[in-house]
Amino acid sequence: MSNVPSNLKYAASHEWVLKNADGTVTVGISDHAQEALGDLVFVELPEVGAHYDAEKEIAVVESVKAAADVYAPIAGTVTEVNQAAADAPESVNADAYAAWLFKMTPDNLADIDALLDAAAYQAVADAA
Amino acid sequence: MLKKTVLNAAHRALNARMVDFGGWDMPVNYGSQIEEHHAVRKDCGMFDVSHMCPVDVVGADCRPFLSRLVANDVAKLTVSGKALYAAMLNDAGGVIDDLIIYFLTNTRFRIVVNAGTADKDLAWMQAKVAEWKLDVTITQRRDGANNLGIIAVQGPNARARVWQVLPQAKAAIADLKPFFAAEVDQYFIASTGYTGEDGYEIMLPAGEAEAMWNALKDAGVAPCGLGARDTLRLEAGMNLYGQDMDETVSPLDAGLAWTVAMKDERDFVGKAALTANGQQKQFLGLILLDKGVLRGHQQVITKQGNGEITSGSFSPTLQQSIALARLPLGVAIGDEVEVDIRGKLLKAKVVKPVFARNGKAVI
Repeated sequence: MSNVPSNLKYAASHEWVLKNADGTVTVGISDHAQEALGDLVFVELPEVGAHYDAEKEIAVVESVKAAADVYAPIAGTVTEVNQAAADAPESVNADAYAAWLFKMTPDNLADIDALLDAAAYQAVADAA
Repeated sequence: MLKKTVLNAAHRALNARMVDFGGWDMPVNYGSQIEEHHAVRKDCGMFDVSHMCPVDVVGADCRPFLSRLVANDVAKLTVSGKALYAAMLNDAGGVIDDLIIYFLTNTRFRIVVNAGTADKDLAWMQAKVAEWKLDVTITQRRDGANNLGIIAVQGPNARARVWQVLPQAKAAIADLKPFFAAEVDQYFIASTGYTGEDGYEIMLPAGEAEAMWNALKDAGVAPCGLGARDTLRLEAGMNLYGQDMDETVSPLDAGLAWTVAMKDERDFVGKAALTANGQQKQFLGLILLDKGVLRGHQQVITKQGNGEITSGSFSPTLQQSIALARLPLGVAIGDEVEVDIRGKLLKAKVVKPVFARNGKAVI
């Protein structure tokens, strides 16, 4: 059973989104996603300053088994990346909610409200 | 509807992550795939490979049949129990399957073929028996009555753990050299494998497989999924059918020339095509020098032209990404080449296609 914290929002493509006080959001992959991928061995992060539309490929996580795209959960501009996650991909397996991947400034902060809540994402993960 | 091996419930009881593996519901990992990989390199792990298909070949014409059927030469099998790795080719010289042939007596051989190819293999073999009018009976032993389960126990401590669980077999199997088999009561135990480590592959009546699996687990053998099996065989430089070769690929272009006995007068299916076409590509290893992961189907750019990765992953032993690749003739070991990974050209080094065996890196 994977862990789905209730204080986060989620994309159906298995990213979690945390709303920060400074108007940015922090993004990572869900516990369900890391568990499905298995041991991660490579993380490719986006460029700081780059703009992405919602649902565009923004990062890549690769396990021993497979490569998976990470999608921008909402439209926005990347403000910071977590180099520590790229340096130690296994940290995402250890705690997918601590090992965030990037932060972005959303084009419209209200876009977050359209993302899935924990219960809705749990249903998506259970069906996968 | 996915097919299940006789160990399906045992995998589920261990909370394995199950995947559709060529139509079979199989465990890809139980916990960490990398830990399962290391268990086999450093200690002992076991795999359910009951989806693979044992085929019994019985009759007065076993030798003439097998001599024509496969590209390796069963005349090399002179001692009872000896095993031979071989490719079964079509008339165009493409690989129908790669398989292991065990010599038991001159009228009884056992072949083990891949899971996904078993049906076409059996049909091909039956057709050849009829075409060549031979006294040979082909019987599959995977499904139905008298079916067998197969458990591969691999790693430096595999032999000792199997003796512990099957003390009555120890005398017969303790001194088996690599690539031999012994029959002990209802067990067929072979010193073969697909990991680059010592160990046994145990075929046994399907109804006894779960008890054997649990006894091995209680003896400290780590259950390992097909994910670890893939990284282990990749590090060992062993081909995977359907990725590294298939019906459109010559064994000479897939690193299997060592299994093709061309030099004598013996004829076999596909020989004329191999003779006419010769070797067109080289099958070599790659180590990625930049960060990333090599995967099948990525393009390799060399000074001699483009090639293609056939299998790639992350090597837990080397802690970097490795691959098997089909490259143009003229590319040399030690060359630096580029690999196109999602549009970026990353540097890789050409190496011999063996990365790790017997617990150690060999690069």
